Amino acid sequence: MTRRVYMDYAAGKPVAPEVLEVMMPYLTDKCGNPSSPHSWGNEARKAMEEARAKIVSLVAAKKPEEIFFTSGGTESNNIAIKGVAFRNKDRGTHIVATNAEHMSVMNPCKSLLKQGFTVTFVPVDKSGIVNLQALESAVTDKTTLVSIGYANGEIGTIQPIREIAEIVHREGASLHMDAVAAAGQVPINVQDENIDLMSVSSNDMYGPRGIGALYVKTGTRIEPIIQGGGQERGLRSGTENIPAMVGMGKAAEIAKAEMKTEGERLSQLRDKLVKRVLESVPASFLNGHPTQRLPNNASLRFSYIEGESLILSLDMVGIACSSGSACTSKTLEPSHILLAIGLKHEEAHGSLLFTLGKQNTKEDVDYVVSALPDIVKRLRAISPLTPKEMLS
Amino acid sequence: MYSDKVLDHFRNPRNMGEIPDADGVGTVGNPVCGDLMTIYIKVKDNRLADIKFKTFGCGAAIATSSMITELAKGKTLDEAMKITRGDVADNLGGLPPVKMHCSNLAADGLHAAIQDYLKKKGA
Repeated sequence: MTRRVYMDYAAGKPVAPEVLEVMMPYLTDKCGNPSSPHSWGNEARKAMEEARAKIVSLVAAKKPEEIFFTSGGTESNNIAIKGVAFRNKDRGTHIVATNAEHMSVMNPCKSLLKQGFTVTFVPVDKSGIVNLQALESAVTDKTTLVSIGYANGEIGTIQPIREIAEIVHREGASLHMDAVAAAGQVPINVQDENIDLMSVSSNDMYGPRGIGALYVKTGTRIEPIIQGGGQERGLRSGTENIPAMVGMGKAAEIAKAEMKTEGERLSQLRDKLVKRVLESVPASFLNGHPTQRLPNNASLRFSYIEGESLILSLDMVGIACSSGSACTSKTLEPSHILLAIGLKHEEAHGSLLFTLGKQNTKEDVDYVVSALPDIVKRLRAISPLTPKEMLS
Repeated sequence: MYSDKVLDHFRNPRNMGEIPDADGVGTVGNPVCGDLMTIYIKVKDNRLADIKFKTFGCGAAIATSSMITELAKGKTLDEAMKITRGDVADNLGGLPPVKMHCSNLAADGLHAAIQDYLKKKGA
């Protein structure tokens, strides 16, 4: 049987068994609604607040009232961006982001453009770090929100948070960070790092899908974009998804406890993978920052070939990963993030993203490293772009 | 996402390679878009005696290139000019809708190679 190696953890993670276990009672018997005054309701409310406390602890928020459960990272980003933009319209209508944000930041920003806001997309450098001079000149006293990813999920680059926060706060704007890729992988302290709003997702920490959270620092001016029964202190109405919240809480607790050891383990595996691939495959490159990067991220690229055909070939030998190639997107455009770090279209098409996770072992890395060179070689033999001397 | 036929042609592409002394060469697509295809033909007695391809692109781009060489080999130039993108897709058991336009370039590549041959012959 073919060995099966899943290295696409950024695309989807399995729910940890301990997480599923604590969720089960709330999917079955413990069906109460936290808004109900009876004992079932009390039980649900207690479970919800315990889960919230675990998110508070993971991100080092000051108090539980600063954590709002949402349906996931995309919704958290939408609430943060639109909620702060709309609420502060009287103060200013200028928003700042980088040109390498996740689509769930890019598109809400673009939708604000149509509603009379101005948005400045600040460039990132070739390693994916935001250009701090450009940020400094973009942020003015009319800027109400700056939204920057804590770490980039595609190329792994971790931003200089403190420097960014200082620039943003100098002009009185709020700083939102999309920490979906980072939370649970690297230590985050929203108080020390001076973050005003922060999005996190459950599945990215081995929790269930369909749940996430938004941290909103006390005093931040924000309004809801989803209205209803006033749940989550009015910022995110909708009956609370108790089993998912309980699962996310547990996932956050485990992530916090294992962060150091698992982070070091994954970094070592990742470094081995990158080093050996770059050594064994000519014209291969690492995307993103060489050191300031998420422990599990190996964003690579291979000249003269295209990412989707790499993914298909790897799938045939049991390996799962992603690509920023146009052929794997819904837009027929290569990843805007790879273009933002200065890659040409044809370079971006040849990208391959391995994201490692809990189940990966040294043997998995060995297997990928043994399979990849021949696959690249075969596709290069088919490609008309490959230089003749490389084929001999 | 892909049919078994597409995956088969992707895995074992037919007639892959170059013809150094080709009678006609057609290149279509653009690496910027993620698909670039070159078709080489050898013509004898008005028929496609040999045909080969080289392709940079996704699974569909490689499979359609392979399929066009199978469909065209041995055909007269007139017959080959009548092979359409639709024929290529049908013979592969269909393509995902999004790939019908971007990666289904093989018929265009074949036609470009034949036109190149006719142009050279006329010159």
